[in-house]
Amino acid sequence: MPITETRIVTKRLRDRPDDSWTIEGALASGAYDVLRTALTMTPEAIQDEQVKASGLRGRGGAGFATATKWSFLPKDSFPRYLVINADEGEPSTFKDHMLIERDPHQLLEGIAIASFAVQCNLAFVYLRGEFALGYDRLTAAIDEARNRGFLGNNILGSGFDLDIIVHRGAGAYICGEETALLESLEGQRGMPRIRPPFPAVAGLYAKPTVVNNVETVSTLPHILRMGGEEYGKLGVNKSTGTRIFSLSGLVNRPGNYEVELGVTFRQLIDDLGGGVRNGGKVKFMIPGGASSQWLTGSDEHLDCPLDMDAVGQFGVMLGSGAVMVYDDTVDPVLVAWRLAKFFAHESCGKCTPCREGTGWIEKVLYRMSHGLGRADDLDMLLDVGDNISPGLNAPFSQTTICPLGPSAVSAVVSLNKYFRDEILARVATATEVSA
Amino acid sequence: MAFSPENRGRARTIVARYPQSRSAILPLAHLAQDQDGWLSDEAMQEIAELTGVTAAQVQGTCSFYTMFKRDPVGKYLVSVCTNVTCLVLGGPELLEEMRHRYDADPDVTVEEVECLAACDGAPCMQVNYDYHELLTPDAAAEVVDEYKSGKRRARTVSGTAVVGGGRA
Repeated sequence: MPITETRIVTKRLRDRPDDSWTIEGALASGAYDVLRTALTMTPEAIQDEQVKASGLRGRGGAGFATATKWSFLPKDSFPRYLVINADEGEPSTFKDHMLIERDPHQLLEGIAIASFAVQCNLAFVYLRGEFALGYDRLTAAIDEARNRGFLGNNILGSGFDLDIIVHRGAGAYICGEETALLESLEGQRGMPRIRPPFPAVAGLYAKPTVVNNVETVSTLPHILRMGGEEYGKLGVNKSTGTRIFSLSGLVNRPGNYEVELGVTFRQLIDDLGGGVRNGGKVKFMIPGGASSQWLTGSDEHLDCPLDMDAVGQFGVMLGSGAVMVYDDTVDPVLVAWRLAKFFAHESCGKCTPCREGTGWIEKVLYRMSHGLGRADDLDMLLDVGDNISPGLNAPFSQTTICPLGPSAVSAVVSLNKYFRDEILARVATATEVSA
Repeated sequence: MAFSPENRGRARTIVARYPQSRSAILPLAHLAQDQDGWLSDEAMQEIAELTGVTAAQVQGTCSFYTMFKRDPVGKYLVSVCTNVTCLVLGGPELLEEMRHRYDADPDVTVEEVECLAACDGAPCMQVNYDYHELLTPDAAAEVVDEYKSGKRRARTVSGTAVVGGGRA
């Protein structure tokens, strides 16, 4: 049986393609009903009986347990802030873009629930600067929600106050890293901070701060509606619930698909994505966004379940939920070069191994992908990579403050793991021709 | 250029929203680009005054972000993605063709950008931050020409919606 989507977070936007982002469309499909109930509960009950019980883990990349993250906030330390990471920039991830543009009220309801649960009265949405329509829709939604009493002072008569500021970024991938995001929100260059202190202790303006991803927070109304335990029954092992996977590349039907965690890559690609174009086969795929190591089209890889932990056996992660698919018409070295170019461009320059290393990786991969590779290039890349991520393991170690540098090494490790012979053979042929 | 009286009022409102005024640097830089089409030294000086930091600090921040243009750009900023999905679906060819076609057109600035988070619409581009997807070079040029002829209404070069005669 082919699998189908399990639409929870994407339900409204799929059911109401013409008005899901309007207050009328949202209210007609139950928006803010759960908020009303949530405000009658205690913050502790929401944290423990709902979010913790649901097993919800962050949908932004790291997959950290949301309730645990909240629990790190020091007690009785106020003000504290909730910051929504809406700086979606991980290559080939396009789920938050959709959620913001097409269901902003779901996000706002989630923000209100999360803010009430962590007892914060001022929340920020750090929105990717390029999301112009998303900005329009989100700010309009905030105005509508405030007019109807879902935001602002004394929300729905509960005595709880919440304001939300939408803060546009300005084109810097690194600001998706939570401490760089906080720097940027404070008007600085987006350079990551050394931890500790962690944001939960000293985040925005050195106050206790929770940073959560758009999809994570958009899931909260559904967890409360279904009940945390019920939600936790969806999914597999410690990967509970559904996730939106952004399927792209050489498949027949690229798009965002919300599935119960635990379905396989093959089911996602074939049943939902319509398989590889022109009847082709998967040569390699990049799960989790550009930062992850790669997988191949082997049965072992294709049949691996989308389980945040199980995929670790192959050194990859589900990360931000992207799945990029390539067939044998694509040169993996070219893809690796373009990723390296991306990381070299987006390196903030704070840590030497990343600032210098990403540039060298890009240069070497450029010549390799343009017919000028040398026999020892691959080994040199591994050596450069080892300076950034000693041991070249997954999960990685790092000589840098943030994971951007090690992320740039993932493609190199993957080339070596799966395409070493192909690359060396190509260099040998090129050398023969030029001789 | 300096903020108009109206935008200066807007700027003060923005600064007042944040617990610390320095946080308003990015939004004010966007506002300056909405007004001028780029981010001038004068604008950064004024942002510094409004946020209580030095002009050098404003420049230090703004020079980090690719959306802030510290030299004038065309009225239409065409941003073409060539990242790893667009890479295999015609993004680089689209970029090349757009650069070629608008090379001598002062109203159009073509730039290569990183992933725009619209990979199911690859190859994609933005014109003043409005999305256009599943493009061929001809279709993309038609879109740009429609902006130029007024058939499509462009946002500001910082992506702010324009309503009536001015900024939304």
